[in-house]
Amino acid sequence: MFEIFVEMFSYDFLVRAVIVGFLVSICASLLGVSLVLKRYSMIGDGLSHVGFGSLAIASALNLAPLAVSIPIVVFSAFILLRVSENSKIKGDASIALMSASALAIGVIVISMTKGLTIDVCNYLFGSILAMTPSDVYLSIVLSIAVIILFIIFYNKIFAVTFDENFARAVGIKAGMYNSLIALLTALTISLGMRMMGALLISSLIIFPSLTAMRLCKTFKSVIICSTIISAVCFFIGVVISYLYAVPTGASIVCVNIIMLLIFCLADLLRRREK
Amino acid sequence: MALIQCVDLSFAYNGNTVLSDVNFSVQKGDYICIVGANGSGKSTLIKGILGLKKQSNGEIIFGDGLKSADVGYIPQQNAIQKNFPANVYEIVASGRLNKCGLRPFYNKQDKKIIDENLNLFGIENLKHKSFSELSGGQQQKVLLARALCSAEKLLILDEPASSLDPSAAADLYALLKKINDKSIAIIIVSHDLTNSFLNSKKVLHLENKQIFFGSVEDYIKSDTAQRFMRSVKNV
Repeated sequence: MFEIFVEMFSYDFLVRAVIVGFLVSICASLLGVSLVLKRYSMIGDGLSHVGFGSLAIASALNLAPLAVSIPIVVFSAFILLRVSENSKIKGDASIALMSASALAIGVIVISMTKGLTIDVCNYLFGSILAMTPSDVYLSIVLSIAVIILFIIFYNKIFAVTFDENFARAVGIKAGMYNSLIALLTALTISLGMRMMGALLISSLIIFPSLTAMRLCKTFKSVIICSTIISAVCFFIGVVISYLYAVPTGASIVCVNIIMLLIFCLADLLRRREK
Repeated sequence: MALIQCVDLSFAYNGNTVLSDVNFSVQKGDYICIVGANGSGKSTLIKGILGLKKQSNGEIIFGDGLKSADVGYIPQQNAIQKNFPANVYEIVASGRLNKCGLRPFYNKQDKKIIDENLNLFGIENLKHKSFSELSGGQQQKVLLARALCSAEKLLILDEPASSLDPSAAADLYALLKKINDKSIAIIIVSHDLTNSFLNSKKVLHLENKQIFFGSVEDYIKSDTAQRFMRSVKNV
């Protein structure tokens, strides 16, 4: 077992991927709790498709992928938030609209420039080889910033998640904190989707928090538990993907599914004991 | 100077006026009960006062140094989702957030006030319980404690007793009386006329416009009240 780790970490690209993946998993699980409880789980999915479109454009124009996708995804996150608050198109429908449009644009851009090649597959399902050293530094800095901002605004994020009207009524700037959540989510998704892939990144947001909510009954414990679950699942997933040469993103999601089932079972047993 | 003065206030949804000509004021230590049939604009008025809905006409003047940080609010109970993972302490504490400003965490002063409010409502033993496992009456107390953490001058309640059994409702009104005695003004939207009139000092009757505003004694004698109470009893 130990030898496998030594062997794994003798590859520079794997070390980089594990560091970034670890941080992104933690960010995703922190935000996931709030997003799931606010019924915004699909935002992750919508934004990841936008990320796919922007990656396609970046590669067509030969630009640095993160530099293009981060601003576009952040911008779309704000649009989604505004639209779902005000307009007559409801939140879920607007997310579906946006993700389909972005996907379509992305596919057209790719087929016009390179033809549908291995790149598309990498964007959709992720590749552990995708991180260059400069990507890694940017990812580390940004994900640490996400974690710090989340901790600083933890109490306010709780208030806005639990009862937005109360928060607004007593003078907490709910709109600002909603935007903050959207911004942090957009950052996390842009950072994580190279490794996890556009189709799988939203699972990083949804699974750990749902798993944690099976057993934990306070907000703080759900947050802490879901970060631990997310980190553990990520690590097991990476090891499995290394050992059996399966795509990293997919194997992380599978570990998350198993974890969710285990927690559901534990919840069931606990209820029966009562 | 009044805490809140409403002048010629109107509200509209998509251009349809749902409430107009509202003129009343809230004084320090007032206890105002807002009555009216369903859809008469009660909740809309509350939302307007809380700044959740913009008025289409007129003015709401806040006086006496009243800021939104001095107001406590209890929403209609179905506003809170079931199975939300949060314990009583986390919820009550969140009422204190509007006093924190940019400070990210609660300080000693905050914690003292949170504990005082838990004690006031006799829910300190539920502190670590999950909110979703509490009874309706207990949940209402938690929301009251949260509202009091933020309220220093005014408490606004939207049909707080609608999901409570009679004894829990009586408890609630007794607590409101206690809060009002500390000279915190109360505005309550209620269908429970008997209990509300027993405790409140003033009545505001809305039927898409202001029908009556004045003391409870005057209201009970008025024709509107007789008609309204008959219509409620017939239901």
